[in-house]
Amino acid sequence: MSNWKDKVIKLIFLSAASTSVLVVALIFLFLGNEAIPFARDPGIGELWQSRWSPVSFVKESFGIIPLITGSLLVTLIAIVLAVPFGVGGAVYLSEIASKGEKEFLKPFIELLAGIPSVVIGFFGLIVLSPLIKQVFHLSSGLNAITGGILLALMAVPTIVSVSEDAIRAVPGYLTEASLALGATRLQTIWKVTVPAAISGISAAILLGIGRVIGETMTVMMVTGNAARITLSPFQSVRTMTATIAAEMGEVPFGSDHYRALFWVGIILLLFTFALVLLSHRIMKKYKSLP
Amino acid sequence: MFKKYRNIVAALILAALMTGITGGCSRNQQETGNTKSLTIKGSDTMVHLVTAWAEAYMKVHPNAEISVTGGGSGTGIAALLNGTTDLCAASRKIKPKEVELAESKSIFPKEFVVGRDGIAVVVNPDNSINDLSMEQLKKIFTGAYTNWSQVKGEKEKIVVLSRESNSGTYVFFQKTVLKKEDYTAEALLMPASSSIIQSVSVDKTSIGYIGLGYALDAGEKVKIVNIINDNSTDPVSPTMETVKNGSYPIARPLHLYTDGKPSVIAQTFIEFCNSAEGQKIVVETGYIPL
Repeated sequence: MSNWKDKVIKLIFLSAASTSVLVVALIFLFLGNEAIPFARDPGIGELWQSRWSPVSFVKESFGIIPLITGSLLVTLIAIVLAVPFGVGGAVYLSEIASKGEKEFLKPFIELLAGIPSVVIGFFGLIVLSPLIKQVFHLSSGLNAITGGILLALMAVPTIVSVSEDAIRAVPGYLTEASLALGATRLQTIWKVTVPAAISGISAAILLGIGRVIGETMTVMMVTGNAARITLSPFQSVRTMTATIAAEMGEVPFGSDHYRALFWVGIILLLFTFALVLLSHRIMKKYKSLP
Repeated sequence: MFKKYRNIVAALILAALMTGITGGCSRNQQETGNTKSLTIKGSDTMVHLVTAWAEAYMKVHPNAEISVTGGGSGTGIAALLNGTTDLCAASRKIKPKEVELAESKSIFPKEFVVGRDGIAVVVNPDNSINDLSMEQLKKIFTGAYTNWSQVKGEKEKIVVLSRESNSGTYVFFQKTVLKKEDYTAEALLMPASSSIIQSVSVDKTSIGYIGLGYALDAGEKVKIVNIINDNSTDPVSPTMETVKNGSYPIARPLHLYTDGKPSVIAQTFIEFCNSAEGQKIVVETGYIPL
């Protein structure tokens, strides 16, 4: 009797755990199903072009290259800004901060992670974008760097908490040995602790990238959403996420535009999928450390 | 070997059932509509107006329940086609493609014109420009002109602001002002009318377009540009008079759509909108009566 009960309970828990597997599989299936007809009719070559102009009386174009470069540019800016703060913060919290400092700082970092992205976007629109415009003498403050700075704010908490765990997991004997050999505390941190935790820190950064590349509301509000290929942080860009969010509501069901948006979704999903896999592999490696 | 996977397969089936059940529930709730309740979905431009109508209507008919949501004209039409709304508010005419799609689902959209809307072109109050011709507007928004000096303004780069392509206003402006040409790729696509007002009020060099009601509400924050018609030299400012008599060129009808013959409550609601009282609300909310 109890054996039977055990089995049922086990099955329930197993199904709860495997729901996410099923959901991921269904999402891939669904995206593919909606996107594939596009590859047949206008052809996949239509996607590999430099102009995204889906609502046009002249010629509708669905080139997703500007959307990909837009997402990558904003993400790159965000990560370049977030990594020093995130890793530096994690080192401070795990190695240097006193207990009181930690108790004071931690909740604020967690709070930063909890701010809804639309609120951050609102802050960006009203406060940061006029400031950026003024500081850099630009004609508009709605550009890649404004988006990048705000996304950095959102990536920092992820990077801090995952890197902090990684640094904390560095075995005590490594630091003790370093100190015993006469290294100063700072030397120990930079030459021993951080290198020992580097795979965990890399995984933290990758997770931060994943957080940033999938962010939608904030970038939609502050990057200006002009679909063009640029490497300048002071130009407006349109990201993949903002494109889907802005256009999906309106698009005529079953049209080429509709299917093209699903392709944007697939590419975005592939990016984040690759990031998660990569960070998973790196995490695995760091768990097997001495 | 097979046994190893049996649990997993069972779990997946259970998980699939669970997602199926929750999906089914949400659908059932939508179908409980009766003649006393009415859902209206569609144009963001009209959402002010339709809400005001709904409130006034419910005061007169206390047992009626009207819910109004925005999302864009296309969103509303899509909802009408999917049978998830009773009435659709649209600031543009339904496209032939959409009618075709509707008929294939045995839905026959019926059109009611319930008001008019002027679209104001707005610039920063510090901009020296007061008047622009339709030809100049077209050149600015298609990117042929990129500097204010080309329209006798100061020597500064023009920042073009547009609505997102899911907006009925975007399509209408493209048709009327751009004469069906494409917007410049440099145009910043803003997610809402309020973000255009916000940007124009801080960026001295920007130009955008918004519904007249929004422009009048914004007051001192923006300057409304007078428009010079083709074959004319007199600048016309958008007012109730000029939109009504057709001398202001950028104006459009506002529509409500039903599926086939409207239900009793939809019919009385539309009649209310077109009554003297309903048209008074049109004026109060900043739109133009019939």
